[in-house]
Amino acid sequence: MQSNPSLDHKAILEWIHQGSSVLDLGCGDGELLDLLVKERHVKAQGIEIDEQAIYQCVAKGLSVFHEDIDRGLSDYADQSFDYVILNQSFQQVKSADLVLKEALRVGREVIVGFPNFAHYRARLQIFFRGKTPVTPSLPYEWHDTPNLHFLSISDFIEYCRRRNIKLEKAAFVGRRRRIKIFPNLFALTGIFLISNGETHTID
Amino acid sequence: MSEVNLFSKQTKRTRPTPSQRVDIPRRDFVQEKNDRLGIVETNYFHFAVSPDEITLESGEKLGPVTVAYETYGQLNDRRSNAILILHALSGDAHAAGFHKGDEKPGWWDDMIGPGKAFDTDKYFVICSNVLGGCRGTTGPSSVNPRTGKPYGLDFPIISIPDMVNVQKRLIDHLGIDRLLSVAGGSMGGMQALEWLTAHPGRLNSGIVIATATKHSPQQIAFHEVGRQAIMADPLWKDGHYYGGHSPAKGLAVARMIGHITYMSEVSMAEKFGRRLSNNGKPRKFSVDFEVEEYLHNRGDHFVKRFDANSYLYITRAIDSFDASKGKNLHEVFNETKAKVLVLAFKSDWLYPASQSKEIVKACKWAGIDTTYCEIDSTYGHDAFLLEVEEETHLVKHFLQRVMLGNGVTGENRITEYAI
Repeated sequence: MQSNPSLDHKAILEWIHQGSSVLDLGCGDGELLDLLVKERHVKAQGIEIDEQAIYQCVAKGLSVFHEDIDRGLSDYADQSFDYVILNQSFQQVKSADLVLKEALRVGREVIVGFPNFAHYRARLQIFFRGKTPVTPSLPYEWHDTPNLHFLSISDFIEYCRRRNIKLEKAAFVGRRRRIKIFPNLFALTGIFLISNGETHTID
Repeated sequence: MSEVNLFSKQTKRTRPTPSQRVDIPRRDFVQEKNDRLGIVETNYFHFAVSPDEITLESGEKLGPVTVAYETYGQLNDRRSNAILILHALSGDAHAAGFHKGDEKPGWWDDMIGPGKAFDTDKYFVICSNVLGGCRGTTGPSSVNPRTGKPYGLDFPIISIPDMVNVQKRLIDHLGIDRLLSVAGGSMGGMQALEWLTAHPGRLNSGIVIATATKHSPQQIAFHEVGRQAIMADPLWKDGHYYGGHSPAKGLAVARMIGHITYMSEVSMAEKFGRRLSNNGKPRKFSVDFEVEEYLHNRGDHFVKRFDANSYLYITRAIDSFDASKGKNLHEVFNETKAKVLVLAFKSDWLYPASQSKEIVKACKWAGIDTTYCEIDSTYGHDAFLLEVEEETHLVKHFLQRVMLGNGVTGENRITEYAI
């Protein structure tokens, strides 16, 4: 599902402060949370809809709620967590607007990671073959994908600007390394640290 | 964990290899399979002798009180590995192992024993019969010291908090300051909630299975039909039937209604279909279908081991329970530092997952370290006794974490109790 789990998890790990509290929305089998608990001693809470994934989280010693993240955030008070993470789950929620708004309410900062639909390989497949792209970060066929939203890195940056969401940090991940130039063309995955605010630090 | 089929491996994990077992000599002693507890006995704790009667939630006094309880495993030197198991409406203190001469083990034997979810090689497991019960603990069938006859309806109204208070006295008596966990399903889950909210300083975690913070009108309604079936039986005689025939017909009907609510449409269809029973008595309105035969058998079996008045008192206690005590539910959780595991089952329509989610919601507001899983099962409410593999996996890892204090929140607090 992810181009290089260790690379995007590493990027997120770099941003997370020691001993902070983390809510991971769509935490899957708990691999990222487990890493954050071990490396950053975070107070971790996951939310996940897949039952088998819940069993794997529990086996890792994680606290996790078996529920839908489209409905799961209204029970939390404002700023209940230092970080709310939507890694590879943002593009799968029904109402992306609402979930992101709620994530920004419940977390002091939010980390969003998603597959970049404008990666050059996706562009080539659409342009030359006229087919829905399948890439390392978008590995599903059109009829069998859990993804509901297809967005590019540029889409997300523009989205945050329009909504006065502050882009604090960004990491762009390719197949084997971080991408420094033209991320919207070369990055398979974009990861952003965002918060509620007026200014933009990333162009 | 990378394996796709979690449970093919997990089944093996529940049955420890000899090298994993701590008490190897015991294998010679236990004739059964080596994951069994073998022969166990019920113990009795007597207290609240006049003038030290207990005061019930209603304000009435009750004494003396006897509590029937069983224990499995060893209490460690630090007295920090005790887990209290809380039974449901028709359960008793005999949760695991075999009574001498019995063919069937205790009611949660699948979950309690060496290497099982509640691993008796690691934990000291306690289970007691509830106040108001009829399986060794003081209840309406016990002798009223003032009259020398069974209480009957002179027995005071009891509540879930009263049951928990009696359990707390037992825990005190056993010299346990702090329980590693309390765990129960259905009414047992209500008691677990009461422990978590009323005695937060006495436990490190709670396992709350297929239960509700309070009964819905639908749940009360089913109980009321059961109570009316008992009271409509002419042998009930306002509860004073001891020494004569008991209202077995009424109690059996109450139990039949109970069993209908414990199953799901799917589990009934799978178990019975529309198959006819072969009882060889072709009378009008005889027992025609297998499902009817099953319900009759359950009812007949139940009246041999359960007291009709206990059924009235305990169902009333369940119906009256409200964990929130009239406040917002999260407020009663505010003092709780324990870790909580909440489990629900998809096909359970008697205690639907929405009720478990209410508990989870309150835990979220109160900032309690909580795990929630809605287990996919077709067994209905019965699932909490039947979905052993899933429950074992979740409970086992949850308890391990409570023991070891994995994660920063509990780290300082829990390591103190680790063995």
